[in-house]
Amino acid sequence: MQINNAPTKSSKYTAPVIPNLTGLKLRKTIIEQSKRAGVGHIGSALSVADIVACLYGKVINAKSPRDPERDRFVLSKGHAALALYAAFAERGWITNEQLNTFCGDGSHLGVHPEHALPGVDFATGSLGQGLSFGVGAALAAKRQKTDRRVFVLLSDAECNEGSVWEAIMFAAQHKLNNLFAIVDLNGQQAFGYTKDVLNLSPMDERWKIFGWDVHNVDGHDEDAMAEVIKNHSGVGDKPHVLIAHTTFGKGVSYMEHQIKWHYSPLNDAEYAQAMSELERQS
Amino acid sequence: MRGAFAKTLTELAAKDSRIYLLTGDLGYMALEPFAEKFPERFINVGVAEQNMVGIATGLAEAGFIPVVYSIVTFASLRPYEFIRNGPILHQLPVRIAGVGGGVEYGHNGATHYGLEDIGVMRVQPGITVVAPADAQQTKTALEKTYDLPGPVYYRLGKDDRIVVPGLDGRFDLGKVQVIREGKDLLLISMGGIGFEVAKAAEILSKEGIEARVLVVASVNPAPVEDLQRELGQFRQAITVEAHYASGGLASLVSEVVAQSGINCRISRCAIEASPDGETGSQSYLYNKFGLSAESVAAKAKSMLCGVSV
Repeated sequence: MQINNAPTKSSKYTAPVIPNLTGLKLRKTIIEQSKRAGVGHIGSALSVADIVACLYGKVINAKSPRDPERDRFVLSKGHAALALYAAFAERGWITNEQLNTFCGDGSHLGVHPEHALPGVDFATGSLGQGLSFGVGAALAAKRQKTDRRVFVLLSDAECNEGSVWEAIMFAAQHKLNNLFAIVDLNGQQAFGYTKDVLNLSPMDERWKIFGWDVHNVDGHDEDAMAEVIKNHSGVGDKPHVLIAHTTFGKGVSYMEHQIKWHYSPLNDAEYAQAMSELERQS
Repeated sequence: MRGAFAKTLTELAAKDSRIYLLTGDLGYMALEPFAEKFPERFINVGVAEQNMVGIATGLAEAGFIPVVYSIVTFASLRPYEFIRNGPILHQLPVRIAGVGGGVEYGHNGATHYGLEDIGVMRVQPGITVVAPADAQQTKTALEKTYDLPGPVYYRLGKDDRIVVPGLDGRFDLGKVQVIREGKDLLLISMGGIGFEVAKAAEILSKEGIEARVLVVASVNPAPVEDLQRELGQFRQAITVEAHYASGGLASLVSEVVAQSGINCRISRCAIEASPDGETGSQSYLYNKFGLSAESVAAKAKSMLCGVSV
């Protein structure tokens, strides 16, 4: 794996710094809330915890969740929404009481993100739609001549959807250099490993040939990802993609690389072990 | 209608800078007035209707009013889930303009027919659905709906020359337009086929049968109160639409009758079967599917004679 985070230009974008918003903190919340609610998609949320922590702790400019001039974020792999809620809680956009309604009756915090929850710019859950929303948001920012950026987090298997490639083509054609796609390249999907289902390797070359500015990054290195984004925001004449090399289930030993943890909820023993492992990483 | 739509949109865009026009690589010889006047607000997204609706969703979230344009089936069915999860779910002002409702693309064959667009759009409570009957009504309808806060679907015809007599370009959301007075039976039409229905009423009139004729262009919100009032005055009504028999106007009217307990028998002129591969002009296909003025008039006469139709 090549890691490319060489700076090309100093950035005018000031990043927020929210010290407690770390991947590790989000992981703990993900495990706690999944256990409390008795729901799955844990491995997917752990896979993107550092990416989401990077974006909300170091990158996304937003005075408030509904500030019109905020950077936009689309969690196109909507099934990892718990990572997003965990970040919202650290950023102060939702209270701990709200967080504790995750998957409860009447809650806006469902398995997939709902637009009704302030902070969720676009509701997702149907794979293959988020990049198009993000492309529209990036085009809008260009036409409104603002510095708003747009971040879209996709899963690698989501790139099975043909509509993703429609959006990829359009973004390159229109030189949307304010757009960042981040592909959570964990090599797994709901029913198998991506290489065995629809092999999209080499992912980076595919985006490159479609006209994007491609960066292979360690998807668990928050600082490195933040640096790549900082140095490439609004730079060049191509949209940017971070091919984030990640480990499915990252941080909990028995979940890593295991298909089971796409859907399975936690039992008491599994919960105790997961929390104990995360505590040791503190 | 598409010409009137493009012209009216161009006029509105001169006053409202939020309006963008996106096309899925269609609209040659129709969209040029807009494209030439507002090149920076005209985007050919390529042959990619799903992405087109997704982009429009992103634009609308930022404050624009994007209009996406394609042939009915490519505008409504191909990106249907994008429409549902994008502008409808987020309640954003995306406008979806489908051209060529029914069998207007006759010679192009079944892949180009728009036979279920109203049905699939109408089931979504969160989208306004408009099916104008002629160019003048298209202009009024667009002017009255272009800046609604939520999404709108427009089913347009290609033909800008037809004028539905008695309509005079009237349009109101949630209302019907009465285009002919009569007391023997009620004819209810939706979309560009209104012209045939008006003609059917002429044929009937020559034979001493006076039909009251309604145009339903505001499909969502449905003109429930108007229909209740109208249907309550008749024992027999015929719905006419270039659409499948399920989901469109016949279904809408039948729902009103059933829910209101109105004693009025509904007979439907609609497309009852899947296309069989036989292509032809719109008028040929109207005859084939029992949608021509003559077919509608014949059905009305049979109905009034108590013959099962």
